[in-house]
Amino acid sequence: MNRRFTVLRLFACLIVLLGIAIGVVAALAWYSPITPIDRMPADRFDARLIRQGADLAALGDCDTCHTAPNGRSFVGGLPVPTPFGTIYSTNITPDPETGIGRWSEAAFRRALRQGVDREGRQLYPAFPYDHFTRLTDDDVTALYAYLMTRTPVRASAPPNALPFPLNHRFVVAGWKLLFFNPGTYRPDPAHDAAWNRGAYLVEGIGHCGACHTPRNALGAEKSSRFFAGGEAEGWTAFPINAAAASPVPWNADSLYAYLRQGWHGLHGVAEGPMAPVSADLAGASDGDVRSIAAYVASIIGETAPADRPEGRTLAAMTRPFGTGAKPQSAGSQAAAAPAVVGDGAGATIYAGACAGCHESGRPVPYGGTDLSLSTALNGSTPRNLINILFEGIPAADGARAPIMPDFGAVLTDTQLADLARFLRAKFTDKLAWTEIDAAVRQARSRRATAEASTSAAAGNP
Amino acid sequence: MMDLTVNGTTHAIDADPDTPLLYVLRDHLGLNAAKFGCGLGQCGACTVMVDDRAVLSCVVPIALLAGRRVTTLEGLGTLDQPAPIQQAFIEEQAAQCGYCIAGMMMRAQALLQATPQASDADIRHALEPHLCRCGTHMRILKAVHRAAALMRAHDPVRGAL
Repeated sequence: MNRRFTVLRLFACLIVLLGIAIGVVAALAWYSPITPIDRMPADRFDARLIRQGADLAALGDCDTCHTAPNGRSFVGGLPVPTPFGTIYSTNITPDPETGIGRWSEAAFRRALRQGVDREGRQLYPAFPYDHFTRLTDDDVTALYAYLMTRTPVRASAPPNALPFPLNHRFVVAGWKLLFFNPGTYRPDPAHDAAWNRGAYLVEGIGHCGACHTPRNALGAEKSSRFFAGGEAEGWTAFPINAAAASPVPWNADSLYAYLRQGWHGLHGVAEGPMAPVSADLAGASDGDVRSIAAYVASIIGETAPADRPEGRTLAAMTRPFGTGAKPQSAGSQAAAAPAVVGDGAGATIYAGACAGCHESGRPVPYGGTDLSLSTALNGSTPRNLINILFEGIPAADGARAPIMPDFGAVLTDTQLADLARFLRAKFTDKLAWTEIDAAVRQARSRRATAEASTSAAAGNP
Repeated sequence: MMDLTVNGTTHAIDADPDTPLLYVLRDHLGLNAAKFGCGLGQCGACTVMVDDRAVLSCVVPIALLAGRRVTTLEGLGTLDQPAPIQQAFIEEQAAQCGYCIAGMMMRAQALLQATPQASDADIRHALEPHLCRCGTHMRILKAVHRAAALMRAHDPVRGAL
């Protein structure tokens, strides 16, 4: 009797506590709607402000998430896969019904700073307001001016595919209580203005940490492991702190070139979710990209003295920007494959499929990256290598950039794994990868999904 | 020695396992439709099908192809009985110098086998890796649309799917 009473009492206490918790979260979750505005004429905005907003949108890579495949910029509808389900990006053109055309600047500011939409609903942190909250008032105004002067397009994103209870937006209030640290960027007095500009751009609009900082089980960035490497859409975002895996150490100049053009002869090619980032940075303000590069280089830090001679030797061994040794005329390329590269299936595939470009002696982007310098080969996971083997490197629109054929159609899973094992052993001094087979399976299923969606879009079974 | 199945016939091939498929097709088997363009997998002229998927034969070592089905343009139709893709390219007069056309046709064939109702965007996207220096792109696109219609007429069940 007594014991039963205790259990009941405990149970009642729990219910009360739960009720309080729900009440607190509900109170935190509640925001009032902000009065809709009538659509404002585009000439209300100053051209300089719009230009500033365009630069910020490029640095923030807004169009990459807010554009569906083959869709118009900022119209939204891109499925963003998260560990919790699929979230669809929204229409941020100034369409009054389906976009942000009726959002006042105050509503826009609240979305960026606090992660709440005009109607007062919580926004999922797939929209990186944990970074955008760092933006200055002036930059928010500029972004608003830029977006409100885009062509309005009527289009609604499909509903998110999230399981209970995440499909209820108020739970985001709980997430924010635990992990969200709002507030504009506070300059670090220990550093100069240029460094602080870079830090402001990287941690604010650039939201680099959204991919390059690992996330915890609830999807929040682990601030204690700043830039220690994360993942995005099936790709590894490599560490960009002292643990950076590039054999030749990065510096501000190489980072600048890489971010600007999407590849660097001593490092490799920006692929996967990084490809659109560098494509956008190609059109951003030069000084800002330099600031970003200088700041990230400072986070990666000085190379350990022991590694410096090794990096210099490696760099000296390649000719990333010089004239290639082999002429480009037809017929000469095929002779570039070395006669003997080793034994085994992986070596044979390498000799027949890879060496023709990667050992051509031609400089990047006309020849392949020197694989001993490749971050994808030296990194902790085989994922990016496998993804690139599957998908190749498609030609960049209107830019001088490396291309690579895709091998997903011809290589079987076993052949892909053989090749990956061979490349890791031949070109790096790192430990063998353990999760090659899993990475191959994941890349195969991703490709199948992508093809099914293309086929479905064409009205095929 | 390895066995290589091309256009339904299995051949014993005496070549190094890292020899590109393109060389074996042209030098060993006399199948000259697939062309050597760049030798780097960058122009598309060497495209053939392996198990119904378009691949660049200049960067595919034959060691990969044990137990696989290779199809070249010669395997689709003949002069007397051209396949729909060939008939469509003839009717649209889509070749000028013709060097890229065999590769274009094989890529289009693979696309239309997988996606009979391919849209214009699908076709443009699929043919992106192929270079044509004569500039017959618009005719090539028309020919692929025509081939799709011909294939649907040949195979109304699949075409209607």
